[in-house]
Amino acid sequence: MSHYIHDDKVKELEAKANEIRQSLIEELVEAKSGHTAGPLGMADIFTALYFHVLNHDPKNPDWPDRDRLILSNGHICPIRYAAMAHAGYFLIEELKTLRKYGTRLQGHPERERLPGVETTSGPLGSGLGQAAGIAYGARMDGKKFRVYCAMSDAEHQAGNLWESAMFAGNNKLNNLTGIIDRNNIQINGMTENVMPLEPLKAKYESFNWYVLEVDGHNIEEFVDAVEEAKAIYEKPTVIIAHTIPGKGISEIEFDFNWHGKPPKPEEGVKFLNELRTLGGKIKSEHE
Amino acid sequence: MNKEVYLIEDLSKAKKVPTRDGYGKGLVDLGEKDDRVVVLCADLAESTRSHWFKEKFPERYIELGVAEQNMATLAAGLANYGKIPFISSYAVFSPGRNNEQIRTTISLNNLPVKICGAHAGISVGPDGATHQALEDIALMRVQPRMTVIVPCDTIEARKATNASVLCCDGPVYLRFGREKSPVFTTEKTPFEIGEAIVLREGKDLTIVGCGALLYNALIAAEELSKEGIEATVINSHTIKPLDVTTILNSVKETKAVVTVEEHQVAGGLGSAVAEALSQHFPAPQEFIGVHDRFGESGEPDELIEAFGMGVKDIKAAVLRVIKRKS
Repeated sequence: MSHYIHDDKVKELEAKANEIRQSLIEELVEAKSGHTAGPLGMADIFTALYFHVLNHDPKNPDWPDRDRLILSNGHICPIRYAAMAHAGYFLIEELKTLRKYGTRLQGHPERERLPGVETTSGPLGSGLGQAAGIAYGARMDGKKFRVYCAMSDAEHQAGNLWESAMFAGNNKLNNLTGIIDRNNIQINGMTENVMPLEPLKAKYESFNWYVLEVDGHNIEEFVDAVEEAKAIYEKPTVIIAHTIPGKGISEIEFDFNWHGKPPKPEEGVKFLNELRTLGGKIKSEHE
Repeated sequence: MNKEVYLIEDLSKAKKVPTRDGYGKGLVDLGEKDDRVVVLCADLAESTRSHWFKEKFPERYIELGVAEQNMATLAAGLANYGKIPFISSYAVFSPGRNNEQIRTTISLNNLPVKICGAHAGISVGPDGATHQALEDIALMRVQPRMTVIVPCDTIEARKATNASVLCCDGPVYLRFGREKSPVFTTEKTPFEIGEAIVLREGKDLTIVGCGALLYNALIAAEELSKEGIEATVINSHTIKPLDVTTILNSVKETKAVVTVEEHQVAGGLGSAVAEALSQHFPAPQEFIGVHDRFGESGEPDELIEAFGMGVKDIKAAVLRVIKRKS
């Protein structure tokens, strides 16, 4: 049992994650392009972040003392957008503009267009340096907010990221927490076949980070890890969250072919039904 | 326009100081004026003169090690938070190696990071081609939101460094040379980002230059004057946004232009001038610069001559362009 989050709250967050997954499917069907597996796999963590972990104010996205959530692997932005919409940053209806001309919800997120996304991202490996820069600046001024940086696993193949990891470890940025979506897939196949990342934990430890590993679909475990990180004084912390790509839709789970394509409309109906009936366990009022 | 207002009295007696010294002094000025200013360096503190800032404001100096990509992304984060970062390295590495990081995390993010490329140009000398940045202006000029400044001497470099904080909410590229170069402007010479300065007026052609080579352009103009050819010389220290009005006003009178820069002729000042003139007032143009080659080892003055950027090369270009006037 967690010391940091009540069982009732966990149940509430799990239900919220299911709603957010439904919005995500609707968002992607409408957009006709975009990534599906990664965003589904991070639905539980983004729900936990926006509805429990982050100290933020959706009505005041530029609040100077807010916690910063940097999304390094910008291509999973549909899940961030869905979580933000549910949290009240903008109307859920706006999710339907994803990737369309004139939208604030660009195919890869842009800081200048949508308040609350913090950084422009997409090119991989560059989020951790920005997160470290914010954390460093905040520490210079004695600010108490925390900086979270969500990363993919495969972007750990990029050199820029390790330069930043070295810097953060050297400077003991204890106000920085990395979150790795360890889902083992990338565009060209499984990470360990394309360019192995393991031993990932040992790599971070050798860069002077504190490392925690969790089940990325266990909200309680994730929240506990985030709280434990706050107590680590001499090091930045990274949480390696083991996730299932496509989590929640049986047809998508573990299939790297779903990395970079959206569901077709008829698939969308089927997937939404799976989510609404909790995989056929209950009846859906939409049927 | 009276050139004595703007320049030292006797060009031949110009002292020689590297433009990077002006950068180092400008950083110290800024350190005293603005608490938000932080200086980042990738293991080249002495070479880039950022060590002067480091000595005075150690708590606001950030060491990166040999990691220019992280320097760009870290600076983006610092600026995102509210700092005004200056990132210092050799131009081949920054904005060379970290170009995509500058594009995405600084320019597209629209953040006030100042990118300071030292050791630009062939006059780096003995280090050779790997360390002689000849394409950095082109790289920076094509990024939306980026301001590009190439100071002509250490005094102008100091002014440009100071001005870069006030001028722009977005990113700025500042280009500096390694070698000692003539100091021919004075404290009183005006400097406003985006405003070219007419250093000398003549009716026969317009020379538009930037950086330390402007001195060669001025010497060439003096020598040509003795031969009966009168050149206007414009200091276009800001390449983006280019002061089209000042350049156009002059070329409309002289009807010919020679551009002078220590950079590939593709994509630099010469290209910027040609883009403006072809649109508003097409005129014959000759390009002094590096013509699609890499540099090599040698003494700075020797290389400037060998690569066709000496006084005699500028004079020859002037004669060619005058012949082309219809």
